[in-house]
Amino acid sequence: MRSDLWKGSTFLLAAVVIAGCGGGGGEAGDTGGEATGGGEPAATQIDPTTVGTISGVVNFTGTPPALTSIDMSEEPPCASAYPDGAMSQEVLARNGHLANVFVRLTAGVSGAPAPSGNVTLDQHNCRYHPHVLGIQANQPLVITNSDNLLHNINVSPTDNRGFNISQPRAGIESTQRFLVPEVMIPVRCDVHGWMHAYIGVVDNPYFAVSGPDGAFTIPNVPAGDYTMEAWHEEYGTLTAQVTVTAQGTANVSFDYSSDMAGADVPLGEPLVIRHGANGIEVERGAGNAAAGR
Amino acid sequence: MSRSSSRGASLAVLATVALAAGLGAQDAEAGRAIYERWCAECHGTDGTGDGPAAASMLPRPRDFTQARYQVRTTGSGQLPTDEDMLRVLQNGLHGTTMPAWPNLSQQDRHNAIAYLKSFSRFFGQGPAPEPLDFGSDPGGGDEALEAGRQAFVTLECERCHGPAGRGDGTSTPTLEDWRGFPIRAADLTQAWNLNGGSSVEDIHTRILTGLDGTPMPAAIDAMNSGVVSPDEVWQLAHYVASLGPREAPRVRDVVRVGRVEGDLPPDGSEAAWAAAEAFYFPLAGQVIEAPRNFSPTVGGVWVQGLHNGSELALRLQWDDPSRSPDPDWDEWQEKILSTLDLDGAAPPEGRPPDAFRVQFPFDIPEGSERPYFLMGSSRRPVYLWTWDSEGGIGEARARGLGSLETLSGDVTGEATWADGRWTLVLRRSIATDGDGLSFVEGTAIPVAFSAWDGSSGEVGKRGSVSTWYYVLLEQPASSAVVVAPILAILLTAGFGVVLVRRAQSRESAGTSE
Repeated sequence: MRSDLWKGSTFLLAAVVIAGCGGGGGEAGDTGGEATGGGEPAATQIDPTTVGTISGVVNFTGTPPALTSIDMSEEPPCASAYPDGAMSQEVLARNGHLANVFVRLTAGVSGAPAPSGNVTLDQHNCRYHPHVLGIQANQPLVITNSDNLLHNINVSPTDNRGFNISQPRAGIESTQRFLVPEVMIPVRCDVHGWMHAYIGVVDNPYFAVSGPDGAFTIPNVPAGDYTMEAWHEEYGTLTAQVTVTAQGTANVSFDYSSDMAGADVPLGEPLVIRHGANGIEVERGAGNAAAGR
Repeated sequence: MSRSSSRGASLAVLATVALAAGLGAQDAEAGRAIYERWCAECHGTDGTGDGPAAASMLPRPRDFTQARYQVRTTGSGQLPTDEDMLRVLQNGLHGTTMPAWPNLSQQDRHNAIAYLKSFSRFFGQGPAPEPLDFGSDPGGGDEALEAGRQAFVTLECERCHGPAGRGDGTSTPTLEDWRGFPIRAADLTQAWNLNGGSSVEDIHTRILTGLDGTPMPAAIDAMNSGVVSPDEVWQLAHYVASLGPREAPRVRDVVRVGRVEGDLPPDGSEAAWAAAEAFYFPLAGQVIEAPRNFSPTVGGVWVQGLHNGSELALRLQWDDPSRSPDPDWDEWQEKILSTLDLDGAAPPEGRPPDAFRVQFPFDIPEGSERPYFLMGSSRRPVYLWTWDSEGGIGEARARGLGSLETLSGDVTGEATWADGRWTLVLRRSIATDGDGLSFVEGTAIPVAFSAWDGSSGEVGKRGSVSTWYYVLLEQPASSAVVVAPILAILLTAGFGVVLVRRAQSRESAGTSE
């Protein structure tokens, strides 16, 4: 009983941490949390007369694949959290909208503010919360366990250093940083083969993750013309152009469809150093195709 | 101390430092020649781990471009130190296809790691990697082992390694390395196969650093959070080291089958077989004929034997993390078969069973000539006791790899699987009227073993095999054997008494004279 209370309060604390720092991206899990914007760079003074907001939506047409059920019977505390049965999280499409899409500015950004605060990745009821998250390069990622059982956090980037840490009890925290931008980094728990998450590392705070209603908001974007990219773990990437005006709201939409199933889903591709006849050449290889599934 | 002698001392120090630095200096270009001669066949000329020989290997050769090294003294996510890399070149990685390189000089090894590092841009960035502070070992002993066992439970090591440490935990069928290749949890009872070494220090280091690129996580955050204390992590290392022999068991050539009076053990229980000596025999993948098996599941078998003059029983035990057929391992089987080069063979369909065979010659050979060790030949067939987890127990004749002719025999027995280990008992009358070999007490008879793990798609030629050894049914201790020494003692004593008496009487006669 006591440990349950403790567990609950730990999760509450984790939730507060997520809500308290803007860089955490959206939560599109079962709780139906709202999508949040990119970082709120508290350390940098923002002149509100020079920035605008990107307000977007990720649409979905066609029939989403049926979610597959997950057998959590080996972990009764987790299984009991899903009275109707736990389902996979690859495609959360509802009412014509797609959740868990990572969106970011890819071109046009200059002089982005440094990160402030932490981003939290929590493990609760044998799932990652959030399932997709964004973080700035060199921003602390605090990994927490709200389950009083063993998880391992096996992170397999290609441009950053990978790591694998065990957290056998609730309340353990591990802090890690990714030093260079990389979209996306797969995260996996080897104890529970169904647990997957993706981390997008970018060098600015202008990113978000779509919520259950497909919506996302990126505040405090300096006025200008930008290219945006959306990333989804099953349907791949889409791009859009957006013009942000000072104190204005720019609307943007990404349209995914079920036809895009099986699209090439880029994860970070490793930089391969080749020892060629002309000395050392660096190129992006395809050696990581199997990673991250 | 005079000025000149102090200058001499400092010069000596300088010279020592220069010597040390010189030995450690790394020449990547010289390393390239070493790499391309010795390493590229497996690791590939571009260092991606995809050399010509890689496709049949599991685990796959290291991809140096990501600089993700399993065996380190540094924290998870950190680069290895030069010493970490040198150690792997010196010792190899046990349990894998990576050998030790005693042919390379220390300078060659230094040069080779300089070249290995040049495959990844991660080296040379930031400060040089530093080993973790591992503290000091509080020591072993019964209490330490019990504390270590508790830590094994607390850290839930059994989720992958299984309750007895044989790599049969509930999570094992889904384990993958960072490239998506299937990977086995280590069998901790076979410490000689641990790739980072089998000492308590080695195991302790692996627990705290993890094995990057594999599912084995670093437990350092759990320790720093107080889930287990630093001493308990050392005690866990002692416990893991206690689960089996540190070195591979010595292989003896002859299974001595002791003679007992009365009934043979009714089952394969430990109690029934406690008195029988156990002999270990290594098994290796069958790589002579295609389809070959470079990544076998079963690496050895423990054999015990007893007979009572009319019947013979063998107990065979081998580690296999899956009790095939088991639908939980379907995904594993599929991944293994799509990962490994099957030499063009079609992957088996369905869920193959586990299997084991004990092989004898069909007739006791005269002289030292034995049938071909891979299931004999047409000229010299072999006689097999066969078992599989679905078809049960039988006898067969084989005239070469892949041929198998079922015989109606009278071998009986039973098999049980528990905690990642099969225990198989096979019994038969010593003499037989039908097809098959009649054993003769006191005569060494060739024997060989082979095993298959169905859940890894091992069928037909893709199994594990041993070379020939011998089985010897010990003869009863006859009454002559017992009586002769006693007789000898009595005779010697009697003879001695006579001699002494005679001497004494001669002496007394002498004095009286």
